Amino acid sequence: MGLFQKKKNMLPERNSHIEANLANSKIYVKDVKKVYHSAKGDTLAMDHVNLNVLENEFVCIVGPSGCGKSTLLRMVAGLDEISGGEIVIQDRHIIGPGADRGMVFQAYTLFPWMTVAENIKFGLKIRKIPAKEQEEIVDKYLKVIKLEKFRNSYPKELSGGMKQRVAIARALANSPEVLLMDEPFSALDPQTKADMQLLMRQIWQVEKPTILFVTHDIEEAVFLSNKIYVLTSRPGTVKKEVRVLLPYDRDLSLKDTEQFIKLRKEVNGLIEHESL
Amino acid sequence: MIKIKIRKDIGKKQYILLAVVAFLVIIGVWAIASGTGAVDEIFLPKPAKVVQYYISSIQDGSLWENTKISIYRILLGFILAVILGIPVGILVGTFKKVEAVIRPLCEFIRYMPVPAFVPLIMVWVGIGENAKITVIFIGTFFQLVLMVADDAMSVPDDLINAGYTLGTTTPMTIFKIIIPAMMPRLMETLRMMIGWAWTYLVSAELVAANTGLGYTILKSQRFLSTDAIFGGIILIGLLGLITDRIFVFLNRKLFPWAEGGR
Repeated sequence: MGLFQKKKNMLPERNSHIEANLANSKIYVKDVKKVYHSAKGDTLAMDHVNLNVLENEFVCIVGPSGCGKSTLLRMVAGLDEISGGEIVIQDRHIIGPGADRGMVFQAYTLFPWMTVAENIKFGLKIRKIPAKEQEEIVDKYLKVIKLEKFRNSYPKELSGGMKQRVAIARALANSPEVLLMDEPFSALDPQTKADMQLLMRQIWQVEKPTILFVTHDIEEAVFLSNKIYVLTSRPGTVKKEVRVLLPYDRDLSLKDTEQFIKLRKEVNGLIEHESL
Repeated sequence: MIKIKIRKDIGKKQYILLAVVAFLVIIGVWAIASGTGAVDEIFLPKPAKVVQYYISSIQDGSLWENTKISIYRILLGFILAVILGIPVGILVGTFKKVEAVIRPLCEFIRYMPVPAFVPLIMVWVGIGENAKITVIFIGTFFQLVLMVADDAMSVPDDLINAGYTLGTTTPMTIFKIIIPAMMPRLMETLRMMIGWAWTYLVSAELVAANTGLGYTILKSQRFLSTDAIFGGIILIGLLGLITDRIFVFLNRKLFPWAEGGR
């Protein structure tokens, strides 16, 4: 406890492996706390947040707005600091961001001066993957996101949905241990959004990346994931862990089934209680 | 019912036409005011006299000599400010500690009027070429640092964060993300700065020179040859316009990927 409140150099080195809590746990969040300091005093934004993402799991975080779900994801990414508790990736405490945790952001974050292929290649170049292998990986992921024809296009020539597809490919091509997604489809129109959800689910079914996905869209969470964490309003903490026991092979018609609607209403009820 | 729409596009042809008309109207008013004798020729020379001045000064070679030396001074002062100002500006816009040291200093110095430095510069570096180059440098450097810092800060946080989650280190983030991302805005900054450099050139040459376009203007005042003053001012305006267009052209050619570019 209190480990992260000490100075940075007191933190364990990134490569010093610790006894992981679970053999196949990929993201382990224990008693995490977030305090914002300001002139008016301290605000407790999150407290006692506990969650566990297993290998190959697709986990969604939902909650009322302002509950800090995006902040939680950013803390896992190492982009925001935690005020207390622990976050363990595989078997290491995190210190800052790294290539082991790929991320897709809500805002469009493609590098505008690079073509689609160069964007996907960016992480591979940094990691000094051999050039031939880079090309193979780019080919593979262009196919996965169905944008082979746009290989040499610049981001400004792409629609919002296409940009997010490239962002997903760029993150996955880097073969991270976990993929973090921060409301990646919230700026898209309903039709594109539904297409993206289907594509995302298909990618997961084939590639099996471990995903932690933040959204405010309950239908999206139920459709995509195996497990949903529902957060409470401020100070945010986990209200309930909901297992999504729906068929493995999913398409958009699932959204009309009784099972799906029942589960969606259950999660909705948990959140509605919070926002009142 | 809205008849005149805000920001409605008018197309390239109409745009150029209106711009040319604006110039022609000004020249027309000028020709009428001077030609009818409404304004004394000492205050407002006839356009034809200005043209005559150009012809004679091109013939005796003085126009080209003075233009050449002025361009040389501008380029040297500006290039020096750019070489030093861009790296400093990027550091100011990237690291808060550097910002705390540099920004308040620059904000302070940039409000000091450059012409007031001229006597001091003459004491320090004499009245040679270095004096003019120093004036242009002082006039542009401090502004440039602040503007480049703003360009670096305008790179969205999430673009930098995306880099981190793909494995970039701090130096890589600067060289592979911040610098390429800020390039189109940096070129715009340079375009504005070279405009200011022309202004400071005239300040420098008005005071301590016996060559250059600024000096020509000052000398003409002594002889009340307003035609030469007009000639000098218009020429500086044209040279400024040409450099400006060169920057716009380069920006479009070098950064075709930039969003919302004109």
